[in-house]
Amino acid sequence: MNDFFTVAIITATLASGIRLAVPFLLAALGEAVGQRAGVLNLGVEGVMLIGAFAAYYTALESGSAAFGLLMGLVTGMVMGLIYAFITVVMHAEQGISGIGIYLFGLGFTDLLFQKQVGTPKPISGLQTKPFDWLADDTGRAGELLFSHTVLTYVAFLLVPVFYWLITRTTFGLNVRAVGENPQAADTLGVSVNGIRTAAIVIGNTMAGLAGAALALEIGIFQQNLTAGRGFIAIALVYFGAWRPVGVMAGSLLFGIVSSTVLQLQVQDVISGSVASIANMAPAVLTVIVLVVVSRRIGQPAALTRPFTRDG
Amino acid sequence: MLKMTDNQQRFISGFDIGRLLRPFAGLAVPAGAVIAALVVGAILLGVFGANPLTGYRELFTGAFGGPDELAATALKSIPLMLVGVGICIAFRTGVINIGGEGQIIMGAILATLVALALPDVPRPILVPLVMIAGGVGGGIWGAIPGALKAYSGVNEILSTIMMNIIAGFFMSFLLEDWLIEPGAIRIQQTKRLTQNADLPILPGGTRLHLGIVVALIVAILAYLLLFRSSLGMRLRAVGHNPHASRASGMKVEMSITQALAFSGACAGIAGAVLVFGSESHRLIGEGGPLAFTQSAGFNGIVTALFGGLHPLFTVLSSYLFGGMLAGGISLQRAVQVPQALVIALNGVVVVFVVGSLKLRTRVQRWAEGDIQMEDRA
Repeated sequence: MNDFFTVAIITATLASGIRLAVPFLLAALGEAVGQRAGVLNLGVEGVMLIGAFAAYYTALESGSAAFGLLMGLVTGMVMGLIYAFITVVMHAEQGISGIGIYLFGLGFTDLLFQKQVGTPKPISGLQTKPFDWLADDTGRAGELLFSHTVLTYVAFLLVPVFYWLITRTTFGLNVRAVGENPQAADTLGVSVNGIRTAAIVIGNTMAGLAGAALALEIGIFQQNLTAGRGFIAIALVYFGAWRPVGVMAGSLLFGIVSSTVLQLQVQDVISGSVASIANMAPAVLTVIVLVVVSRRIGQPAALTRPFTRDG
Repeated sequence: MLKMTDNQQRFISGFDIGRLLRPFAGLAVPAGAVIAALVVGAILLGVFGANPLTGYRELFTGAFGGPDELAATALKSIPLMLVGVGICIAFRTGVINIGGEGQIIMGAILATLVALALPDVPRPILVPLVMIAGGVGGGIWGAIPGALKAYSGVNEILSTIMMNIIAGFFMSFLLEDWLIEPGAIRIQQTKRLTQNADLPILPGGTRLHLGIVVALIVAILAYLLLFRSSLGMRLRAVGHNPHASRASGMKVEMSITQALAFSGACAGIAGAVLVFGSESHRLIGEGGPLAFTQSAGFNGIVTALFGGLHPLFTVLSSYLFGGMLAGGISLQRAVQVPQALVIALNGVVVVFVVGSLKLRTRVQRWAEGDIQMEDRA
């Protein structure tokens, strides 16, 4: 029992929690931008699956994890253009079309995997660890902070970048304007559909990247690899009240809870059934947070509403 | 659509959620969506080196080619019918229920617990009892996000997704330890449940069981509830305009909670059917929640939309989509393209159906000489 509470294991657990938080963080940051612009993308899970397969398959065939990551990003971008066409141009109901995207991603990636790969073949993930040389000299804190791949640093660096993008740039102002009052933004000459399309493409690109990060972290692909992570990422946007820093806090919470539960199970501190209950905790907490958040902070006023001039 | 008075027709087409319905006022758009999806499927089949025509012929004969195929299709369609009918109730009340997966699981769990607790109750009593238990389990799991939306303003899309995750882990919690089949092989499944709860096979020499009758009864009850009762009238009024409903003295919060509870109950019954109508007659959690539910919680949304959010049409559309699931197996056997193709095509159908709304509205306006302009608001 006490074995768990050694500094070494706690450090390793936290470090792995930070890694597990990365797919949540990437997907949720992107989704936050989309929702700020008034578009709910329920298809994150499907886009993550597509990005994950693209990254996995590319890495498998080319041997380059970085190239795989790029392909995950590109497929996410393509899915973003498709989703923008469906929701912005065709005014499709966003929640439902997102479920369509999810089913498509779920079936399509399973189909491609079975047809093109067949048996699970492992790939090697990203090996570039830019600060690894610091980890040896700085002890436990060093392991916690410097042992990660470049993608982890990029993901966390994107938090201030997205904060700046949303709150300090003209683009961010326009995003918030079309999310709160598209008619007013339109009369001021902002292209509502243009801004929304851009926000959707950013969101889906991030989702594709999140899927790629997940596939490279796990090192294999299988049917339904994401196992609900994309849906959790959407909830994390609400959890974080549409703010990048809040989204990061939620992602870290989910990541660290998962890694802790996994570690406790590996160490035989808790049984499988207790682990299931513990894994449930973040979802329960999210529901509780949703109750609190929905009372205090309003969502973007035009969320899920298609824009029409005579609206 | 079934026969409706002009007033009902107007009432439905005026729905806010009715934006979803309009594509179904005519047959052209859903038919177009299916054709578009089949074209996408044909392209995919071609890309994988299979002859699309052979593939589709296999899919069709595998789904509807004979009594056994028709029965297999019916079996696949039962969970879709039940979930889909529940989706009709929720969506008509203006509540988006993405929680079918979790509601199926909780219904299956409660029904399993009842069967484990009362193994000796005779079949004519126990079978209805476990179905009701399924409905109660799913109903509670729907009522929670319903009440959270109604009384705390929690977005039901998110809360139902979270409830799915919670239910999945709850099932694995129970099957890890408490309910696991005793023995050396630790597979996440219960023992074979009492024979008294088995859904009886219908006469006719196929594997079709009583579950189809259960699904049809639920669909008819849902139809009566929605269109022939004052409770259903209130639900639809809330879906149409919650503010006006409140102003006219309706308890909007209660209606929203009821809608998600009814919706969850239908999905919960699907969960019970999946347990007691399965060939192994047990609750199986191995392979994760999606393996147990067969994604019916999501696919039911597809069939409900395709059925125009009308319970009886949802039965028909569920049968068609059940045929795609059943035929997908023959397709895989004949042209070596995995049946996952069918799930992907379901997604394409959804996207095309909800994406063709604007187009549909334009066609309608053109056809009706622009008389429906007031609908825009």
